[in-house]
Amino acid sequence: MFQVRIHGRGGQGVVTGAEMLSIAAFLGGRHAQAFPSFGSERTGAPVVAFCRMDDKEIRLREPIMQPDAIIIQDPTLLHQVDVFSGLKKDGYIIINTSRSFEEMGLGDFVKGFRSERLLTVPASELAMKHVGRPVPNVPLLGAFAALCGLISLDAVNRAIDQKFSGAVAKGNQAAAKEAYDIVMNQDQKAKETEHA
Amino acid sequence: MEQSTVKFYQTGTFTVGNRLLAPEQRSVQADVQRRNSLNSGHRACQGCGEALGARYAIDAAMAATDGQLIAANATGCLEVFSTPYPETSWQIPWIHSLFGNAAAVATGIAAAMKAKGRSDVRVVAQGGDGGTTDIGFGCLSGMFERNDDVLYICYDNEAYMNTGVQRSSATPPAARTATTMVVGPHPGNEFGQGKNVPQIAMAHEIPYVATATVADLRDLECKVTKAMSIRGARYIHIFVPCPLGWGAASHDTIKLSRLAVESGVFPVFEAERGEVTEVLKIRRQVPVEEYLRPQKRFAHLFGKHPDVATLAKLQARADRNIRRFGLLETN
Amino acid sequence: MLEQCEGSHAVAQAVALSRPEVICAYPISPQTHIVEGLGELVKSGALTPCEFINVESEFAALSVAIGSSAAGARSYTATASQGLLFMAEAVYNASGLGLPIVMTVANRAIGAPINIWNDHTDSMSMRDAGWLQLFAETNQEALDLHIQAFRIAEELSLPVMVCMDGFILTHAYERVDMPEQAQVDQFLPPYEPRQVLDPSDPVTIGAMVGPEAFTEVRYLAHAKQMQALDLIPQVATEFKAIFGRDSGGLIKTYQTEDADTIVIALGSVLGTIKDTVDDLRAQGHRVGVLGITSYRPFPISAIRDATVRAERIVVIEKCFAVGIGGIVSRDVRSAVRNRPQPVYTVVAGLGGRPITKDSVSELLRQAMADKLELLTFLDLDWAVVNRVLDREKANRRSGPVAEGVLRDLGTVASSAV
Repeated sequence: MFQVRIHGRGGQGVVTGAEMLSIAAFLGGRHAQAFPSFGSERTGAPVVAFCRMDDKEIRLREPIMQPDAIIIQDPTLLHQVDVFSGLKKDGYIIINTSRSFEEMGLGDFVKGFRSERLLTVPASELAMKHVGRPVPNVPLLGAFAALCGLISLDAVNRAIDQKFSGAVAKGNQAAAKEAYDIVMNQDQKAKETEHA
Repeated sequence: MEQSTVKFYQTGTFTVGNRLLAPEQRSVQADVQRRNSLNSGHRACQGCGEALGARYAIDAAMAATDGQLIAANATGCLEVFSTPYPETSWQIPWIHSLFGNAAAVATGIAAAMKAKGRSDVRVVAQGGDGGTTDIGFGCLSGMFERNDDVLYICYDNEAYMNTGVQRSSATPPAARTATTMVVGPHPGNEFGQGKNVPQIAMAHEIPYVATATVADLRDLECKVTKAMSIRGARYIHIFVPCPLGWGAASHDTIKLSRLAVESGVFPVFEAERGEVTEVLKIRRQVPVEEYLRPQKRFAHLFGKHPDVATLAKLQARADRNIRRFGLLETN
Repeated sequence: MLEQCEGSHAVAQAVALSRPEVICAYPISPQTHIVEGLGELVKSGALTPCEFINVESEFAALSVAIGSSAAGARSYTATASQGLLFMAEAVYNASGLGLPIVMTVANRAIGAPINIWNDHTDSMSMRDAGWLQLFAETNQEALDLHIQAFRIAEELSLPVMVCMDGFILTHAYERVDMPEQAQVDQFLPPYEPRQVLDPSDPVTIGAMVGPEAFTEVRYLAHAKQMQALDLIPQVATEFKAIFGRDSGGLIKTYQTEDADTIVIALGSVLGTIKDTVDDLRAQGHRVGVLGITSYRPFPISAIRDATVRAERIVVIEKCFAVGIGGIVSRDVRSAVRNRPQPVYTVVAGLGGRPITKDSVSELLRQAMADKLELLTFLDLDWAVVNRVLDREKANRRSGPVAEGVLRDLGTVASSAV
């Protein structure tokens, strides 16, 4: 089972992001479960959503306390909520920001993690560019697809089509692709650097 | 010699249709083939205004719909006296659910008929003043707002009669009830603003609202018939004296209704989509006292030391109705 | 066809496939997505002929369904929590009149204090009202049970409550196998009423029944629920034949055959319990799970038979009877009376508190060592409770209890000046 926890604020599409992640996993032939932390949400309040993926039926219903991957849609949460709680040492971290881990003051924190599983991506900027609204959930999914390799970009695109239509869907798909490409290029560069 | 108008007043009952009228103009009750939807054998009190009104109203509705009628009834006198287990007086499909939901149950029946493509089957909801103005008010308003195809008939005897004459929001000021006793500095019911459900119905802008009394049963029949020719939410509020609860003689039911109309206490009118279209003019105005005297529930206002102040207030309320609805003929 | 969708959406689809003729509902969290989905289907014309009525209260919602059902239309509504209580009079009325209404209860706690999250207090408050109560473990079962519910309700002329955990199931995205219309039509014939308001054959429904006959009428309601004990498994078998999967029935057992300890629960928590039991089994403990699907009628014989070899029973329930203890566990206890097995009551998950594998695991270890109290409130913070009790001892004006607890928990950021 692979468990993803997504942190963000109300209005940033955290819940939709988890749902789309589950749809993408489903389209890839896996079982998936997505659910929010059920707050009486309001715009701006911290929100958490969860997604589990597995090759067999998922029976567990508790909130994800030991995630394999954390997606942080809003870095201002870093000082408000314990977003990394329970994260496994070989876990993935994806943060929506144009800054680096060091610039965010997380340099020491991430030393214990596997560097190739850590990622910052300017998802809000990508969303602004392609969709016209700084809702970062979809580009982060594209980045997740590239980073973790558990869902395909094609599945992400089809999940987008299930949730959006018309120009908004197209824009989201472009944003997802750009995020995906950024990660793949970084990965490519890292591999080339290793071999050099 | 100048000509002057001479007014004739019919002092007897307007009840059964006149033999001089064409058959289709006669009262439904004049028809030998009448439905008797509320059949004899029910347990209503002698002189019950509600039993009289209900029989006329439902028979008229049945005639107007060619017998394709379903009724939903609130808890109350009508429901209790018409269905004493194991008997029933009703010759039509009839359901009693709860006290406060007659309007909603009727909405459901109408929806079922619509879903089944049975536009020929119509629905009537019935309730007393308690079930309509108080506990059933929310459901009534909901039905009005949705403009559901239901005719709601309220039989207003101005208190919770079946449970022992307790005060409702339809109880007139100064009236004695079991919960507004004749004791203390303000005996009887309080003087409030009243709760005029016909006007509230009008405020919902529904297609048809009417008031009627059992003094003019032909008028009641016509209003029910007219209502059944209209689709959407309709409301008829019928003034029905209760001899037991009012402390009146059982033979005075129709007379009291007439006095209520002629004193201005109970305006009789029709309205469509929030605007009054017809008003029954007062033929010969009577002072409110004449209406109050035959009812023991107002007895404390009379006697050796009449409560002149309260009587004046009651007269003022009647005068206000007369003014507001234009109940007196202008010369 | 397989779909990945929200539980509410799956239920709305299943209800739509059941060809309801009248749907009426009043919005309340967490049922809103179900009725929104159905409203859209009716308005778009996808679900027809069907009338969708936006009512002004839950009392009106069930009352409308009473009218439409009595008039012969297949009728549906949905509610939760406070809404179920608001329609309580109508709940008793519907079952007393024998109307086959199907209603979703998206299980949610009842206030005060107001709480929008999941537990079973709402359904339990109506357990004696004469409705059948079926509890879904997954979104698949939730959708399946609605289809079965119409069938069961109409055969018995009794209303059926389909209970599914609010938020945990209603708002969770999961894989479901959505049936085809043809399958549902094959399984669920058009509604043929036992009694109906029909101008061509008038009847009086809802007469007053006095002391001379009331007992008999009420006993008949009980007798019908006894018939349901046979009908429910039968319907589940027919369902499997057409739809190809196990869904519904009275109870479900998981590894109970050789279990020393059997855990009993209702609803979605069964999934977490099963995962926990797998871990315990891997460590050599003989634990099993019994899920109650039909809570009313209560499957006494089935539970009795399934637990015959167990040394102890642990009932985990998302509700409790204030002033006495467990609700489900008391019913279980009466099923296994005259047996030496202890029945432990564990009250858990109230107001949406998550029930975790770790807590369940620890709980079961204690139970297996017979170190468990007979009544346990899982994960209760005793420090908080005691602080409130101390505060009340010290002060007459101790303030609203809930606010006091929230302050102690640090949930309320500001404090009195």
